[in-house]
Amino acid sequence: MSLFKRSEKNDSAAVEQSSAEFPLRTPSARQRIMRFFNTPRIVGKMSVVGEKESKGPMGKYFSKCETDDKMGEKTFERAEIRMVDTAVRGAIRDARLGIDDIDVMVSGDLLNQMTTSSYAVRDLGIPHIGIYGACSTMTEGLMLAASLVDSGYYKNVVCAASSHFATAERQFRYPLEYGCQRPPYAQWTVTGAGASVVSTNNAQTERFPKIVAAIPGLITDYGVNDLNNMGAAMAPAALDTMYTMLTQSGFTENDFDMIVTGDLGKLGSDILRDLMRERGIRLGQNYIDCGNIIYDVDQKCYQGGSGCACSATIFNSYIMDKLTSGEFKRIAYLATGALMSTQSCYQGETIPCISHAVIVESPFGGEK
Amino acid sequence: MEILQNIATYAIVFATGGALCAIAELLVVRTKLTPARILVIFLIAGIILESVGVYDYIFKVCQAGISVPIVGFGAALAKGSIEMARSVGFLGAFAGGLVRTAYGVGAAVVMSYIVTLVFNPRTK
Amino acid sequence: MSQNTNAVKARNERYNKYVETVTPKTSIPKALFHSFAVGGLTCVIGQGIGDIVKLISPTMPNDMVSNITSMILVTVAILFTGLGFFDVIARQGGAGSFLPITGFANAMASASMEFKTEGLIFGTSVKLFSVVGPVVVNGIVWSTVAGLINLLILGMK
Repeated sequence: MSLFKRSEKNDSAAVEQSSAEFPLRTPSARQRIMRFFNTPRIVGKMSVVGEKESKGPMGKYFSKCETDDKMGEKTFERAEIRMVDTAVRGAIRDARLGIDDIDVMVSGDLLNQMTTSSYAVRDLGIPHIGIYGACSTMTEGLMLAASLVDSGYYKNVVCAASSHFATAERQFRYPLEYGCQRPPYAQWTVTGAGASVVSTNNAQTERFPKIVAAIPGLITDYGVNDLNNMGAAMAPAALDTMYTMLTQSGFTENDFDMIVTGDLGKLGSDILRDLMRERGIRLGQNYIDCGNIIYDVDQKCYQGGSGCACSATIFNSYIMDKLTSGEFKRIAYLATGALMSTQSCYQGETIPCISHAVIVESPFGGEK
Repeated sequence: MEILQNIATYAIVFATGGALCAIAELLVVRTKLTPARILVIFLIAGIILESVGVYDYIFKVCQAGISVPIVGFGAALAKGSIEMARSVGFLGAFAGGLVRTAYGVGAAVVMSYIVTLVFNPRTK
Repeated sequence: MSQNTNAVKARNERYNKYVETVTPKTSIPKALFHSFAVGGLTCVIGQGIGDIVKLISPTMPNDMVSNITSMILVTVAILFTGLGFFDVIARQGGAGSFLPITGFANAMASASMEFKTEGLIFGTSVKLFSVVGPVVVNGIVWSTVAGLINLLILGMK
């Protein structure tokens, strides 16, 4: 009986006691933000995308656009591996380094057992740390890479993330040629790969953007179980991390030139705006969502893009360009990921989601 | 006169076939049932219609309007099973459905295999 | 098991209700019209094929005519799938394209093509029924049950 009582008491503390309509988990004294005092620099970047993405509004920023979705390979999986390979080699070249200068690669993708990353790294011959964060893989990679470099264990770390419409579709949904109708709130998996090289701060790397802080996400589940409605499932995860970031980093939402979320899509980013407004934080013009901007409205992609590559490619093109030129002084990059499998959803589970954040500053002063 | 009758038949076929599909679509939109579940529901509806003996009367009026949707497939399965059970006996119930629908299913399997050899899936 | 507490449950219910209100809905009249048109047209084509077969050989029994009709429909649908038209039509047609026998054929062919890369034995042959499996299995099970019940009630002919 006493055991039961105690557990009940713990349970009642599972959500914060506030007047908020959608309370977060109880905020503990836990400091979730990690600050990188040695300011690791992002010295190289590369983004590879498929044809559909290259025709979207962001098309002109991407470093390489593939016109064939198989890229001359035998399978879609090989094509995705090829994209990771191109992106990683390109990022290393962009950083003016050689493959042998890279100490470790941190990468992930959407497929089972992370085959894409492992097979890509097999040909590259770089020590590998595989990570799975679904669509949040790129921020998770940047966070790990930054902490590895900041702590002084490694000098140069490359991180990458990739996804491919055809391989994701096969794993999570139906065969490509199957005639199924998507609901209007569905999203379209982005074909592409993005890679960036994180290096120690020294005289040569001073002119590159620096990672100043990161926040690992909390698994957040608000009970959404519709596999097609990823935006609504992931928005609370973004809310949790964004709210923590704004309370713990010392920056307010107006201190950022851009707050970027990963792949919430149009619906998800509208929900996030609502959720933040409820907490008294207005996300204005400086908030964008990669999924929302990667496709044109007339490309028939419903609510926008999703997948690891969605935010990975936009971060490694548009946002890094603006950071390097100094147009953006400070950005927050929060990619969200839905951590379900097809089995877990058929078993009646809801969708657990996560969102990691990194704060990146331009080399030309972070002050605003 | 015969032409008018034909036009009427085709109109009925179009109306019933379309109506069945519209009901299925309403289920998709309203109840979030997956297509697989809806197919099974309509299939079982066909089996029930056939086994209570109503299907033949509907078919006389609607023709392809009811036999082309999956309801017709269910009815054919049930019809085969019932006929064979009543002519061969207990064991016939197990074979009848497949025997009757073998033309369509066989064609689907073989054609799928051939098409697989020739074409590759594409993203659009 | 903090996910099951009342506070969390209430919040999740509120959130799901809120999501329901902001999620864009399919326009029902448009969706119904499209599936009605596509489904009706498929049935008319089926009827047409049947009538042509009857014209060519008037002595053919009705069962055989419907068998040939479904074989032709299935073949055409599978060819369309291979050529890549089918899912373009289906995106508009919705239930109008998956409910007729053509949808059954498309589901089979698309799965078989999709898994070609794993080889003809472990890919195509294993996955051929991965989408249509529910229909085939339920069809066989429940038709057998129907046959047995009819046998019990009506007896042998």
